[in-house]
Amino acid sequence: MIELQNVAMSYGGGELLSEMTLKLAPGSFHFLTGPSGAGKTTFLKLCYAELMPSAGQLALFGQDVRAMGRDDIAHLRRRIGVVHQDCQFLDHLSVAENVVLPLTATGRPVRERELAELLGWVGLKAHANALPAQLSGGERQRAALARAVMMSPEVILADEPTGNLDWDMSLRLLTLLVELNKMGKTVLIATHDLNLIRAAKAQVPTRVLRIANRRLQLAGADL
Amino acid sequence: MARLAWLMRADALGSDRVVPPTGFTARLTVLTAAAMAFLAVFALALSLATGRLADRWSQALARSATIRISAPADQMAAQTRAVLDVLATTPGLASSRPLTGDEMRKLLDPWFGPDLPVDSLPLPQLIELVETDAGIDAEGLRLRLSVEAPGAVLDDHTRWRRPLVAAAERLRLLGLMSLVLIGAATAGMITLAAQAALAANGQVIRVLRLVGARDLFIARAFVRRFTLRGFAGAAIGTALGMLAVALLPDTDEAGGFLTGLGFQGVAWAWPLLVPPLAAIVAFVATRAAALRILRGIR
Ligand SMILES: Nc1ncnc2c1ncn2[C@@H]1O[C@H](COP(=O)(O)OP(=O)(O)OP(=O)(O)O)[C@@H](O)[C@H]1O
Ligand SMILES: [Mg+2]
Repeated sequence: MIELQNVAMSYGGGELLSEMTLKLAPGSFHFLTGPSGAGKTTFLKLCYAELMPSAGQLALFGQDVRAMGRDDIAHLRRRIGVVHQDCQFLDHLSVAENVVLPLTATGRPVRERELAELLGWVGLKAHANALPAQLSGGERQRAALARAVMMSPEVILADEPTGNLDWDMSLRLLTLLVELNKMGKTVLIATHDLNLIRAAKAQVPTRVLRIANRRLQLAGADL
Repeated sequence: MARLAWLMRADALGSDRVVPPTGFTARLTVLTAAAMAFLAVFALALSLATGRLADRWSQALARSATIRISAPADQMAAQTRAVLDVLATTPGLASSRPLTGDEMRKLLDPWFGPDLPVDSLPLPQLIELVETDAGIDAEGLRLRLSVEAPGAVLDDHTRWRRPLVAAAERLRLLGLMSLVLIGAATAGMITLAAQAALAANGQVIRVLRLVGARDLFIARAFVRRFTLRGFAGAAIGTALGMLAVALLPDTDEAGGFLTGLGFQGVAWAWPLLVPPLAAIVAFVATRAAALRILRGIR
């Protein structure tokens, strides 16, 4: 699904990430940890082609990202659901409209029943017509998750999805992601929350990646 | 046409909502389109009126000429005959005919009243010529007349007609050029407005990209909006322009050019083309601007 071969990334200065080699298998469940500023968000941006690697080979669904045209990237993003760290909503649209945005933006019909089900699943039925600004941080993150899975993507990337949530809510969101993984989706979650990782390990086979010293490492069994 | 259909597809409604409304650019675009359409209606009226004028002058006048024979009474008949002989062998003439005394009287009537004793006055004899499409060789005819009938003068009207027709035709050209310039200015201003709208919606574009929208979808939201605004504004401007033209004083015989600056008959249909043309200009300008800018954003 996502394949890196000696990938490096820099924002113009020195390299932020170096020599990353990784193969994300379909149906796998991964965590990505590392200190703040280590480059977790940057890594995820590489995975949905918002950034291009400055060196190395990056293949998404078997396609070299550098060979992709603009429309190819648009199509790629329909297969990858992303929960962005800052949610990336359109502030003038309601929560429901934001959740169905991937359908609207690709000219697909919105099925009301599906939408209601999805909003119920993330516990936001009552907020369907609210504006994103009227949601709490946790509600926003759940809405972002709902949008990420709207297109039934093969891969789900979540950037600090529990950053604003209390423990109970974090566990609930984790359960949603585990459910999706059991439905066959590939899941990658960036987080600092070690408790969340431990909770996940109790539910599914999980691998933990860590960014340390600009390198991507497989974390030991201590996690 | 296919592109316009693309613009009006049902799911375009979705793309309409995703871009927040921008009151100021919207009003400015409508106002600009209205002003430009108003000007376009006048430029159109000007070219049509001057075109009519040029046609009328060159047609009505070009086809006729007059020969005036001034000679002592005893030579008049001989010279008239000589002139008619010359005319009989002049190529390019459809007909030639000496005016009768009655016709002469009618011509002079407005100037001297009905009691003028035409027969007893030493009036020149007039011969009316009607040319064929090819026309006569005026200089050649003059030369022959000067030999055969020294009292005959050919007045082919062209001396004063030519510059007028040229001026009218130049005016028509200027009117048409103004139309083109108005179209270009409209395209330019709508491009600027579309660029401003795109720049103001950077975050919207970013989010749409992230959820997998293609450039065409994003462009359509803007294109549809500006096309509709261009059309609406132009419709208002055209209506006002046509009203203003309709309210011009009526054409009358003496007024000639200035009062003739309206639309006549079916020509009223011409300004109706302005709103759709404005819509097409807005469509092309916005689409080009949007796709160009979107290509520049990752
Ligand atoms: N667009 C950018 N241009 C230049 N530098 C950037 C840019 N985005 C991020 N950086 C830098 O890259 C580094 C890694 O940023 P990134 O957001 O990937 O970290 P992170 O691991 O996600 O951190 P956090 O846990 O706080 O979210 C930071 O030092 C940041 O300042
Ligand atoms: Mg981050």
